[in-house]
Amino acid sequence: MSYIRPNFRHPELQANELGYARKDYEGSLSTLCAGCGHDSISAAIIQSCFELAIPPHSVAKISGIGCSSKTPTYFLGKSHGFNSVHGRMPSVATGANLANRDMVYIGVSGDGDSASIGLGQFAHVTRRNLNMLYIVENNGCYGLTKGQDSATADVGSASKKGVPNPYEPIDLCTMALQLGATFVGRSFSGDKNQLVPLIKAAISHRGFAFIDVISPCVTFNNTVQSTKGYEYAREHMAATGKMDFVPVRQEITADYEPGFTHEITLHDGSVVHLYKQEPGFDANDRNQAIRTLQAYKQKGEILTGLLYIDPDLEDFHEIQGTVNKPLRDLGATELCPGSRSLEAINSNLR
Amino acid sequence: MKPTNIKHPEYFHKVVDCQYACPAHTPVPEYIRLIAQGRYDDAYMVNWESNVFPGILGRTCDRPCEPACRRGRVEEEPVAICRLKRVAADNKVKDDIAKRIPSKPAKKNGKRVALVGAGPASLTVARDLAPLGYELHIFDAQKAGGGFMRSQIPSFRLPEEVLDEEVGYILGMGPVARFDTYIDSLQSLLEQNYDAVFVGSGAPRGRDLKNLPGRQEGAEHIHIGIDWLGSVAFEHTKSIGKKVIVLGGGNTAMDCCRTARRLGGDDVKVLVRSPFADMKASPWEKEDAIHEDIPIVDNHVPKEFVIEDGKLVGMRFDKVRAEYDSAGRRNLVPTGEDPVFFPCDDVLVAIGQENSFPWIERDIGIVFDKWGMPVLDKETFQATNPRVFFGGDAAFGPENIITAVAHGHQAAISIDLFCRGEKPSRRPAPGVTLVSQKMGIHEWSYDNQVDDDLRYKVPHADKKLSLLDRKLEVELGFDVATAFREAERCLNCDVQTVFSDSRCIECDACVDICPTDCISFIENAEEEALRKSLKIPANNLTQDIYVSGALKTGRVMVKDEDVCLHCGLCAERCPTSAWDMQKFLYEVTKAAPLCNV
Repeated sequence: MSYIRPNFRHPELQANELGYARKDYEGSLSTLCAGCGHDSISAAIIQSCFELAIPPHSVAKISGIGCSSKTPTYFLGKSHGFNSVHGRMPSVATGANLANRDMVYIGVSGDGDSASIGLGQFAHVTRRNLNMLYIVENNGCYGLTKGQDSATADVGSASKKGVPNPYEPIDLCTMALQLGATFVGRSFSGDKNQLVPLIKAAISHRGFAFIDVISPCVTFNNTVQSTKGYEYAREHMAATGKMDFVPVRQEITADYEPGFTHEITLHDGSVVHLYKQEPGFDANDRNQAIRTLQAYKQKGEILTGLLYIDPDLEDFHEIQGTVNKPLRDLGATELCPGSRSLEAINSNLR
Repeated sequence: MKPTNIKHPEYFHKVVDCQYACPAHTPVPEYIRLIAQGRYDDAYMVNWESNVFPGILGRTCDRPCEPACRRGRVEEEPVAICRLKRVAADNKVKDDIAKRIPSKPAKKNGKRVALVGAGPASLTVARDLAPLGYELHIFDAQKAGGGFMRSQIPSFRLPEEVLDEEVGYILGMGPVARFDTYIDSLQSLLEQNYDAVFVGSGAPRGRDLKNLPGRQEGAEHIHIGIDWLGSVAFEHTKSIGKKVIVLGGGNTAMDCCRTARRLGGDDVKVLVRSPFADMKASPWEKEDAIHEDIPIVDNHVPKEFVIEDGKLVGMRFDKVRAEYDSAGRRNLVPTGEDPVFFPCDDVLVAIGQENSFPWIERDIGIVFDKWGMPVLDKETFQATNPRVFFGGDAAFGPENIITAVAHGHQAAISIDLFCRGEKPSRRPAPGVTLVSQKMGIHEWSYDNQVDDDLRYKVPHADKKLSLLDRKLEVELGFDVATAFREAERCLNCDVQTVFSDSRCIECDACVDICPTDCISFIENAEEEALRKSLKIPANNLTQDIYVSGALKTGRVMVKDEDVCLHCGLCAERCPTSAWDMQKFLYEVTKAAPLCNV
């Protein structure tokens, strides 16, 4: 029985800038079904955090309920984690973020957790531009309860049971765009070349970064009639373009690949390079992103890649004008200014 | 690249690094698993079938398998393969083994073969041919069988009982041994109408320093290492002077110095021309010598034997340093310092050994090359006189026991084919099986969990006691509990990762789970480009990459065999069983099927 991964790693694997090995970003061995797309997303998160050289202890992973929400156990085993209530990951993430703004917040959710029970929470955390990465591991079904169609299943798509889904799907990317998300992307668990730079850019982005990742459920929803299976995703995937993420520490060399269109500098100084973009596509145009998504959907294709980014909008802390230190770094007098301050506030309200 | 042909027996054979590196291709992981299961008899027989002398080799093998061991590529030290082999020999039930060894065949086949020398090569030929009914005559000048295993390897490394037992198994199968019989003419042997003659007479001549000043005058106290070891083994020599200089840096030098310590040498030194790191001796033999208070003085080239009043009093050496040219060739350059003098009572010269065939007439159809070596077919070991076959050190110069055994197996096949009137060049294919180990979703019929334990050390006998007794074995061998732990370090490289591209749905589960990042799904290319574009580039060119056929997306699966742990997680995480763990057993075909393991 092997529920333990061997401890040896490839001897040529180098440590990152902080001296951490990639192994330091791994979690326990997955207990998901063999072949689950979610495991690939976990691997992409591990790779991204390792390459970004984020200290593992400065990451908080927060999730709700579902197969997707189990995955934080399988990555970043040395980070903080909170497996919360179904659909309530955004509330917990908001609270944590308000208390300690210095940490990296990775929220992991699924199509059930975000598009059904947690749709309200998803909407509000999006419009507040909370500084976090929100990943939806989207397989179009409720895998943990044996594969019923979820709210993101396309009309006509059929899971293992074989009955085509009659209801209109919720497109979470379109919703996120409409609700004011400042970073929106879509990807596929089977394409790490696209997914890893996307996650790295999303983590570096200051504000609400949303990535919808098509992540096939091998057990219940990888049929030929399903639009969320490996084969369908591969055959119908289109991309807005190719992107590269250049972290702030790395010097930008002028050696661009042919097809280079433009670059976007993020708040922390790191740069997103866009190549071979679809003609006329502008990742800074929210309306165009919504229209393009719609157009591809009508063609029966899945548009992936970076759909929209605005690195300059104020995040939740700036909108609120909160103190710029984590609460734990404040002294007792700042946290508890005394009865005179309370009276001053109260008198203001009279 | 074209898809890898895994049906070719050598592809997976190469993945089993230890077995591939072994000249006799002993199925190492197979017997290590048997040791872990406590099946020592079975482990012994797997060895015996392949390398003929498990007890002897478990103590004295040069272990080409260990530097090849995959474990040494993922951590510091390889599995202690050699010492595990000894565990099988130490813990077997002798009577049960005797029953499993083929007895004398009831029917003779009417063919007669003479074997010159009773060393490992001849004994292997005899063992492989005996069950087929050959009448085998073994000739040796020594009084007992074993050849250099008896005369050169000291008893504190190889107890006589172990040697006697394993030589005895072979002699018990029917060959007739004529000891104390030196063959001085191959022609007269051929005239006795043998159907074939096998020459396994070794490389019996130790190199000397004939032209070094003082060699003649000091002759009484200057000994050729291998001759001196033989003389000690047969108890003609029982003592040596207090101060001894051993010249040479090979394993014979190590055996000489350690033997000298036991025969009265209080101040024994090894002096070697090359730098310490370049010495030919196995690292563990150097360690053992140093442990017995024998300094190894490197970079010293003998200049003269110093004689005073007609008596050897010491040796003078020139100091050198090693310089390497761009091709890596070594040059010993004098440092220009004054020569150094070391006093001594005796000198043992262990600077190599050579072949010598004074007993083979040059006009009986056996062609010798300019170095005085017989011209042989590299595969069949047949000489230019078709009735004569060579093997062991006599074939291509001094090697080691396990190489001699490997030669013996091949020569036996050649002799059998020749005696049956077939062409010796028609070599039999190896025996190969490939069987799935899957028993359940998370269950394999091998222990796939990879152990973190570091290599275990073999306990040694107390130094004070062992220096007093030439016959007291120094290495004590693993106890059964330690042997189990050590056996668990084996990565089971013979349980192969077998990929079937028609089943793969390209979900990446194997890529994500693989602890050593061996697996990539990428666009196909030529090998050089492919190796560079893997998840972690495959820089170890001695290890193959396993390439699948085109998958649905047009990509291919490429697996770098280099540091695969054979943990089976790729197969466990595969939703469609495109990966399977299958045990690959490769057996070198012998002249006769010997035993059922």
